[in-house]
Amino acid sequence: MLDKFVMQHGHRKDALLEILHYAQEIYGYLDKDILTHISNSLNLPTSHVYGVATFYNFFKLKKPGSHIVTFCLGTACFVKGVEEIITAVENEFNVKRGETRADGKLSVFITRCIGACAMAPNAIVDNVVIGKATPEIVIDKIRSVLGEEKVEAN
Amino acid sequence: MKPIDLVKLAERDLDLRRSYKYRINVCCSSGCLPFGAEDVLKAFEQAIKEYGVEKDCKVARTGCVGTCSVGPAVVVEPGDYLYQSVTPENAREIVKEHIIKGTPIKSMLYRNESFFKKQRRLILRNAGKIDPYNIEDYIAMGGYSALMKCLTSMTPKAVIDEVMASGLRGRGGAGFLTGQKWTFVARASGNPKYIIANLDEGDPGVFANRTLAEADPHAIIEGMLIAAYAIGAEKGYIYIRAEYPLAITTLKKALDQANSLNLVGENILETSFNFSIDLRLGAGAFVAGEETAILASIEGQRATPRPRPPYPATSGLWGKPTLIQNVETLANIPIIINNGGAWFAGIGTPKCSGTKCFSLTGKINSPGLIEVPMGTTLREVVYEIGNGIPNNRKFKAVLVGGPSGGCLPEEQIDLPIDYESLTKVGAIMGSGGIVVIDDQSCMVDTAKFFTDFCVDESCGKCVPCRVGLTKIKEIFERIMRGEGRMEDMNLLEELGNYIREASLCGLGQTAPNPVLTTLRYFKNEYVEHISQKKCSAGKCFQKNEEG
Amino acid sequence: MGIGVIKLKINEQEVISREGDTILKAAKEHGITIPTLCDLDGLSNFGGCRLCLVEVKGSPKLFPACTTPVSNGMEVITDSERLKKYRKMAIELILSERIHVCSVCVANNNCELQDLANKLGVDHVNFKRDWNTHDLDTTHEFLVIDRNRCILCTRCIRVCDEVEGVHVLDLKNRGKDTEVIIDLDDQWGVSKICTSCRKCAKVCPVGAIYVEGQPISQTRDKKIAEFVLTRRQS
Repeated sequence: MLDKFVMQHGHRKDALLEILHYAQEIYGYLDKDILTHISNSLNLPTSHVYGVATFYNFFKLKKPGSHIVTFCLGTACFVKGVEEIITAVENEFNVKRGETRADGKLSVFITRCIGACAMAPNAIVDNVVIGKATPEIVIDKIRSVLGEEKVEAN
Repeated sequence: MKPIDLVKLAERDLDLRRSYKYRINVCCSSGCLPFGAEDVLKAFEQAIKEYGVEKDCKVARTGCVGTCSVGPAVVVEPGDYLYQSVTPENAREIVKEHIIKGTPIKSMLYRNESFFKKQRRLILRNAGKIDPYNIEDYIAMGGYSALMKCLTSMTPKAVIDEVMASGLRGRGGAGFLTGQKWTFVARASGNPKYIIANLDEGDPGVFANRTLAEADPHAIIEGMLIAAYAIGAEKGYIYIRAEYPLAITTLKKALDQANSLNLVGENILETSFNFSIDLRLGAGAFVAGEETAILASIEGQRATPRPRPPYPATSGLWGKPTLIQNVETLANIPIIINNGGAWFAGIGTPKCSGTKCFSLTGKINSPGLIEVPMGTTLREVVYEIGNGIPNNRKFKAVLVGGPSGGCLPEEQIDLPIDYESLTKVGAIMGSGGIVVIDDQSCMVDTAKFFTDFCVDESCGKCVPCRVGLTKIKEIFERIMRGEGRMEDMNLLEELGNYIREASLCGLGQTAPNPVLTTLRYFKNEYVEHISQKKCSAGKCFQKNEEG
Repeated sequence: MGIGVIKLKINEQEVISREGDTILKAAKEHGITIPTLCDLDGLSNFGGCRLCLVEVKGSPKLFPACTTPVSNGMEVITDSERLKKYRKMAIELILSERIHVCSVCVANNNCELQDLANKLGVDHVNFKRDWNTHDLDTTHEFLVIDRNRCILCTRCIRVCDEVEGVHVLDLKNRGKDTEVIIDLDDQWGVSKICTSCRKCAKVCPVGAIYVEGQPISQTRDKKIAEFVLTRRQS
């Protein structure tokens, strides 16, 4: 699939970002094998491909958890107190921002503004945007996608 | 399609639009979707079927009305009755009462009447009125008529002259004269020439460009086409943040439709004018919105800025002359062509013509997307359009221009919004964010937040931005730990001035603005944090007490 | 005056230069020294260290001499109180960014950063110094990269790409997390592409890349890039 996409772009070196986007869509993340494959098919130095993939926050080089919660840390969300929600989720589910829980079930990511500022603060749980979020709403939502009743505090 | 076919199409679609007695516009943009706008849309469609009023009433999916905090928003024409927080159950009621009986349901209407009073919607002329997925809706409202006018009756030079006469300045931040920029690219030697429409709206707290793309994508495309005709470009890119999925889908659809009607592509409107447009997705890098970094990103590289000169106008994408323009600037172009540059120059202030879109957020009663003539004061925006601060709390500051803008105190609230006035007080127009802050927020904490943002988003190429901002961040951390020294304020100011003057690109050059403006207007809060280890707003030092 | 000849003033001195030349080149040809760190003859311009900023009369802005072309009538000032202060600040910032301890550095007494600090009179660092350790890689047969000493000038990356032509080196991440990498951030010893040409060690201004067991005075060769390119063109 990826090869076909690369071919559609005529193996053009400047299509690197498009191809990284597409590869991440298919595989969920970009590991070294995928990056090597891309650099070979575009005839680009591997260090260049790695450099580009790590420059942009959107590309994930590690396998994310099976469920993902992303917090918007834009100005409006900051002013409306998203920081408290993030801390609450970190404590409740025992996972730090930017990381994936040891059991691989939950990742907590931060993004800089999803542009839904009038609804601030915003969280995204498995692609569903939660506007005017509170710690309780977000924690309940995460519990329900994880299928967990209550998480034991460590 | 020939020009005459476009005219016929417009007439047909306008007749069709007029054949309905009522039109129900359901806002389905990013602000309203999470609150069930799709279900509301379906409920309306079903309700008009059930009540048998399909011939009298049209239900349309539209872009943003602007009142994003009370979504889903629904507008019923004629009369522009704006219903707020509509549920599928409400939808049936509205059809029954408003459409069939002709009585609007007053209790469900949007309450802040002054929200629209001080606005002037030129760029957002179609937002919330047309279906962004349907090119015919745009054409019915006079869409692509400006392009037709250019192609059939104006020389490229005449187009540039008109834009020059309008006094339009780039809406991306710096406020460079658009007509002048076009002249540079038109005169530059080298082929092909490129146009980049910048939709990398990375400023946290700003969603004006996204809303525009979701509500009226063809206005951007038409603006690009006219610019291309004027400067002689063959190829255009719309560079858009990957974080804006709905805007991406909307633009993709719009481009497909414009292609199929031969409004984009080869021999446009059966003239010799060719112009193709591709979408390019960003990937989470704020700096990519900088005009030389955007070039690197489209070329598939790390988005690090390049030294200027050479300027993109002479050596841009792949070394070719390139016009880079914010999408809001482009959306102004069709209006200027249709109404004339002189007409446009009469709006706003003499030095700063036209209108500007702002995302109004933070501690404000009526947040949303607004458009006001240049020269409107911040007071009018905050207290009239935004209807003041919730829970009668005290106004403290207003952040203008995103993370590299300035924090302005109450004394500056009568400032007219234009490029020069904002720069004078240490803020910038930026891409148009206004965030209102009340007395529950701490200005030291706020300045630290913006610094953290810029540290994360710095590309790392130049020393002042990469290292200097990190040092500012460390000084803030020291202050927050209660280990601040009085000299730190001086050090922050020295570093801030150095970063502003010595950095390579606009990100670094403006990044210290929040620090410098809070030092200038809220010095007492710094003193309080350092000498008394106290935060009146109750934001800082909390962890220390607990731990 | 012939086409392409540019007349300007640098520090009140009348200077003749060519169209397309940078302020830095014009200054150098007339014996005027402007401090630099990332710039190196023979490599593309980077414009990252900001040491070569100069003032141009009539503009409040500062201009990097390494990338700003000369123009007729231009009046350049390469040394002023403001520039002195900013250059000192740049050196202080670089010194505080990573672990720079001259006495235990291979480049001691052969270091461009050390020389500039001395010359510009940097006798203390006003900022909190960062002692977090960065990766040290000794897996190559004889080339060592110690990222604790790296100042991210990218000379090694540019020489590897533009002169040697293999592009083994590049940058990863961004901002303060930027690092020089080998291939896919692999260990140097396993790189199949690296030709072990030593050019990266020759151009490094500090002690970040060096040849193990060889005195740094013998390793360094700052003229290598220009030398190779001149040969290649002729």
